[in-house]
Amino acid sequence: MTVRVQTADFDIGAEIARLREGHRSVGAIASFIGTVRDVNDASTITGLTLEHYPGMTEAALEEIVAEARGRFDIRDALVIHRVGALAPGDQIVLVAVTSAHRGMAFDACEFIMDALKTRAPFWKKERLPDGERWVEARASDDEAARRW
Amino acid sequence: MARMPDTSLSIRISVRVIYLARLREAFGSTGETLALDDNNAPTVESIVRALRDRGGAWAHELAPDRAVRFAVNHRLAQRTQAVTDGDEVAIFPPVTGG
Repeated sequence: MTVRVQTADFDIGAEIARLREGHRSVGAIASFIGTVRDVNDASTITGLTLEHYPGMTEAALEEIVAEARGRFDIRDALVIHRVGALAPGDQIVLVAVTSAHRGMAFDACEFIMDALKTRAPFWKKERLPDGERWVEARASDDEAARRW
Repeated sequence: MARMPDTSLSIRISVRVIYLARLREAFGSTGETLALDDNNAPTVESIVRALRDRGGAWAHELAPDRAVRFAVNHRLAQRTQAVTDGDEVAIFPPVTGG
């Protein structure tokens, strides 16, 4: 299973163990975890709700992973993205990549995150002490995705 | 003798439109079925224009200077993409996951 969208938390140790299992040619594992911050744009954040577009989300993530496989010499890749209500400190997203050597694993991991940030249909709504607000997309994310 | 096609006949197509995130809230709707005239080679932009003509939040959120993204049948699409009968067209703000 390459991509998963779920409300439940994930255990990076268990996920990486599963990804590596039986692949002795793997010499490098790169991973990224995104977590919920308790502050954004100078406001206190008490939580997040993550919305997605069921039906498209998994397909968009699968396409990004397939593109990473085409661009980088990697053994395997895993993307887990949570949806629903999350609290500060909670894990949001995991990207893990295995390859023979570290360069491809690092690059593929960063590529997948940059692509996810601009192409996967997720939206964050922040909870503040005095209400809620939708998170606005950042131009820096578009620039990061254009590098590839 | 081959007969000329009857160009006066208007063919209506039906498209499912989905609103997500901030746009769902602004429009007070998760989506709707829209009928379009197939003779005008409808595109994503034709749908945007039809919705914008409703005024209010529709005109505001879909104004030409607003950042809006689209997917046709679950794939990211440009405004120029053609739509056909039975398509699912999603309209949403730039994504903010990760």
